[in-house]
Amino acid sequence: MCTYITAKVETEGSGKGAEGWFPLTETTVYFDHPVHASADHTLNIDFRNPERGAGARVAVELTAETARALAQAILETLDAVPEGVA
Amino acid sequence: MSDAFLSATVRIPGHEGAEIEAYSAVAQDDQPRGGVVVIHHLPGYDEATKEIVRRFGHMGYNAVMPNLYWHDAPGAAPDDAAAAGRAKGGIPDERLVGDVAGAAQYLRSLPNSNSKVGVIGYCSGGRQSVLAACSLPLDAAVDCYGAFVTGDPSSIEGHPLRHISPLYDKLPNLNCPLLGLFGADDKHPSPEEVAELEQLLTKYGKSFEFHSYAGAGHAFFMVERPAFRPEAAKDGWERIKSFFGKHLSA
Repeated sequence: MCTYITAKVETEGSGKGAEGWFPLTETTVYFDHPVHASADHTLNIDFRNPERGAGARVAVELTAETARALAQAILETLDAVPEGVA
Repeated sequence: MSDAFLSATVRIPGHEGAEIEAYSAVAQDDQPRGGVVVIHHLPGYDEATKEIVRRFGHMGYNAVMPNLYWHDAPGAAPDDAAAAGRAKGGIPDERLVGDVAGAAQYLRSLPNSNSKVGVIGYCSGGRQSVLAACSLPLDAAVDCYGAFVTGDPSSIEGHPLRHISPLYDKLPNLNCPLLGLFGADDKHPSPEEVAELEQLLTKYGKSFEFHSYAGAGHAFFMVERPAFRPEAAKDGWERIKSFFGKHLSA
């Protein structure tokens, strides 16, 4: 099914898209049919800057297992950062 | 009758008079024929659905698929436009109806149109096909595993879907025959939701024909996905051919 579920995260950072690096302002996360990945459903993340147009986007489509491992790795990495650095 | 058709990107009228992009397959002879509006799935106006448009062209219909995300990002790559639309919360029902109305108008304006127009949609487009058939004067509609024609999106545990409404209030207005093709293993629409739709259409005296395929789940027509089920897809295409042959001929 198309899940219709979309989470949005206000974003500070940069991403590298088809035209090179650009500042990111917004990230959308959803679990739905992929465009390219060989799976029926994937966890899709779009890092975006809508003010620069729809093409200002860094997209990934991850299997559910990969997405969970990635989320855990992100949190573990941040937790390991010495106090006062992050 | 020749089997030649021209497939191309065109501009058609869309919701509230906006001009939108569409992909069409138009027969290249004068023989009058029906038209088919193809509604793409939520991931967007993609190559797989363009292939379906060409298949209808090969079957002898004029066909057109409106790019439903054109309004969100005119001129953007289709996958970027879909992402922009997704970030805005998806395709509003009213806009969908306007775009399908424009696509039907485009098909009826073709010199070799017999004025009959059907609609078919896949996945989210299945629900939208039923929505269009309840809202517009069309001659036939096909719903391929559309979720939330019936059922309660707000009851989904963990992620209630409050911005997608089932079509209970619209079903009494269904104004053409409906062909429904479903996977028996699908969760949305579940066999129970399909059975509820059957009961309601029977109650309202509507013409419909449903087929549910054992061993198939959601998206069994999608040849490039693990969900592809060749036997269900082959039979489904035969049902579509027979249904449109019956209702879109002059």
